[in-house]
Amino acid sequence: MLNKLTSYFNTETSAAPLAVFRIGFGIMMLASIIRFWSYGWIEKLYIEPKFHFSYYGFEWIKPVGNYTYFIFIICGLSALFVALGFKYRLAIITFFLSFTYIELMDKTTYLNHYYFISVLSLLLCFLPANAYFSLDAIRRKKQYTQIPKWTIDSIKLLLGLVYVYAGLAKINSDWLLKAMPLKIWLPSKYDLPFIGDSILQQEWFHIAMSWSGMLYDLSIPFLLLYKRTRIFAFVLVVFFHIFTRVLFPIGMFPYVMIVGTLIFFDAKVHERILNIFRKLFQFFNLKAVKLKASSYSFSNQKIILPILALFFAIQLLLPFRYVLYPNELFWTEEGYRFSWRVMLMEKAGYTEFKVVDAEAGHSFSVNNSGFLTTFQEKQMSTQPDFILEYAQFLEHHFKSQGHQNIEIYVDSYVALNGRSSQRYIDPKVDLLKQNESFKPKNWILPFKDEIKGL
Amino acid sequence: MFKKALFLMAIISVVAACSSSDEGSGNNNDDFDRTALLTNLSNNIIVPVYQDLNTKLADLVTQKNVFIAEPNQVNLEAFRTSWYNAYKVWQSAEMINIGRAAEINYVFQMNIYPTNVSDIQNNIQSQNYDLAHVNNNDAVGFPALDYMLYGLAENDADLLGFYTTNSEAPKYLAYTSDLTDQMNALTQDVTSSWSSYAQTFINNSNNTATGSINKLVNDFIYYYEKGLRANKIGIPAGNFSATPLPDRVEAHYRSDVSKALTTEAVTAVKDFFNGNSYNGSASGESLASYLDYLNTIKNGEDLSTLINNQFDTAQSKIDILDSNYILQINTDNTKMTEAYDALQMAVVLLKVDMLQALNISVDYVDADGD
Repeated sequence: MLNKLTSYFNTETSAAPLAVFRIGFGIMMLASIIRFWSYGWIEKLYIEPKFHFSYYGFEWIKPVGNYTYFIFIICGLSALFVALGFKYRLAIITFFLSFTYIELMDKTTYLNHYYFISVLSLLLCFLPANAYFSLDAIRRKKQYTQIPKWTIDSIKLLLGLVYVYAGLAKINSDWLLKAMPLKIWLPSKYDLPFIGDSILQQEWFHIAMSWSGMLYDLSIPFLLLYKRTRIFAFVLVVFFHIFTRVLFPIGMFPYVMIVGTLIFFDAKVHERILNIFRKLFQFFNLKAVKLKASSYSFSNQKIILPILALFFAIQLLLPFRYVLYPNELFWTEEGYRFSWRVMLMEKAGYTEFKVVDAEAGHSFSVNNSGFLTTFQEKQMSTQPDFILEYAQFLEHHFKSQGHQNIEIYVDSYVALNGRSSQRYIDPKVDLLKQNESFKPKNWILPFKDEIKGL
Repeated sequence: MFKKALFLMAIISVVAACSSSDEGSGNNNDDFDRTALLTNLSNNIIVPVYQDLNTKLADLVTQKNVFIAEPNQVNLEAFRTSWYNAYKVWQSAEMINIGRAAEINYVFQMNIYPTNVSDIQNNIQSQNYDLAHVNNNDAVGFPALDYMLYGLAENDADLLGFYTTNSEAPKYLAYTSDLTDQMNALTQDVTSSWSSYAQTFINNSNNTATGSINKLVNDFIYYYEKGLRANKIGIPAGNFSATPLPDRVEAHYRSDVSKALTTEAVTAVKDFFNGNSYNGSASGESLASYLDYLNTIKNGEDLSTLINNQFDTAQSKIDILDSNYILQINTDNTKMTEAYDALQMAVVLLKVDMLQALNISVDYVDADGD
């Protein structure tokens, strides 16, 4: 066993797939940053709001006014450098840090996709993605055509993990039996050509989509691993992601996944892709540089492997942390994020805060739009940690206005996956007496229904 | 073994995708006609409301001209009656903030209250004003006329003095006249825009942030929550302040019609929700019938029924209020806050349950989703 393991970690393979992955990743990320900027989202999401929702423990990470643009510039440039394989190690570490900083600035914008990018770029910090077909190779006049096989496998493992966990999360009664929330989402796409006013309105189609989505997620990594089903699987990947792109506003993610899954293909395919790039460079009339070829070996593999083992152990365990919480996961969202739970819920909420001055004996409601953007208010209304953080912000705000000895209560209603709305937070609990922590939040009222499943 | 399992999974997924097509229960087979919804709202509610409002404002201008020519008690009464009639119709128009109305900030130029007395006085004194300017939003429209017709003095004799014996009477007459003409001009502009805009509005039935249904539903909910619930009841009752603010009621200077205006507004909201024609008793496709189509049964009852019941509950809480909200707040504010709470419950149903069922995003949340 140990021998097998040792020999596995000494096995080498072509560096081409990792080089293609690096280029694809860098270009995609650069495009994402440009797209994000061009839509005015930096301004809208990070500069305009008066208040930002922080992750527990990361309250010190905030947008920095107009300098926030500077962080995006750094992030975009580092993505470009990653694509070029120029000063790769520095570039990918800078990318990981700047991208993660951006994501931590305000949890309103949390998306599993963004978390995936952070996690993937952290993994890439440890991999020799500049070994081959990179500016670094030209600079050091040496390229490594062979790299340890585990480096490529680690990316496959991460991709597989994301798919499988997303599939496992779909094994629940709302998704499979009630076809929720697809039953809400699909009929509202009535304006799509051909399918909008026909099959998207059909219940059988919602159920079929739910089941095939679950089976797709669970099986696709294996279909990609296995050579005989690989092409079929890739066609599925392209079809599935394009289809979801048409149906839902999911930005760049489908393209990132399509390009990402290319890593499952043989080195031959990747060499062909690299040849296309080579021809492009010929077009620019660049002189071919002859490089010495050798195979890459880690000088510090003994340190890196345990770090990555820990990394994957965390990735495997983190999504299951929800079992430590007593209440319905979808309702309280304790342990919901960072778990590849994608598109599982349609949640709508309404939350009104009441500031009570117990001594003076009067109270007033807060106009949320005075402090939050519509996007923030929407996210806040359905997530307890947002509600608590906002209550604490209101405390700070009203105390600075001279209201001392205040208590804050909340009148909140949430509807989940087509159920009727029900009261969400205990209206008798003074939120200012509560603290954020990883402990269960006993001031969330129990869910009046049951969702069975993983 | 492993390979076989993979093949099996692939086959199952294909079979599952195909075979479940036989299990169709038959619901949702026919598509809801959103064009009919928009046509009904446009032809039977929005356009007739604007036309009626336009007529009422034309009458307001007529009465104003009579009053300006001869500012006496009789003409003042006629002017006031015309103002009140127009203000009642306005309650059906405020929720429609779409098309030309949105372009010219119609709502903000017609009914921002409390009106700003010092802005009005400055305008009168300077005689140099752009009534359409955003800074004058609280010095124009129905609330400004409320002040000019009821608020200038404690009694009618003194009030008429401002238009007759006062050394600056011409300035007061001019401002009142300009105010009224401006309201009329804006209303004419908006009303006439619908002769061509109606078709654009009806055709734009797709589910995007700029689609007619999305915009209309967002306007409707925004109006219900802010324009109706908060402005008419919540703010004066002190729901948003440490103490009640009776001077914030609608038609503050006239003071005895606040309840009547609220009632008009609740009726208009209900009619809009149910697609009831503004003229006559016919009804057509509406948000209510759309919800029925989406078959969102809640607690054994239809969501549309729940919403209608809540509107009725709110109206019954409003019915027991004094016609003068200032008196009501000063004697028994609890009844005001109870009315507010009843209106509030419908906000939850509209904003949470209805929006979820219609899958319309609140306003334009423009960002990627998962």
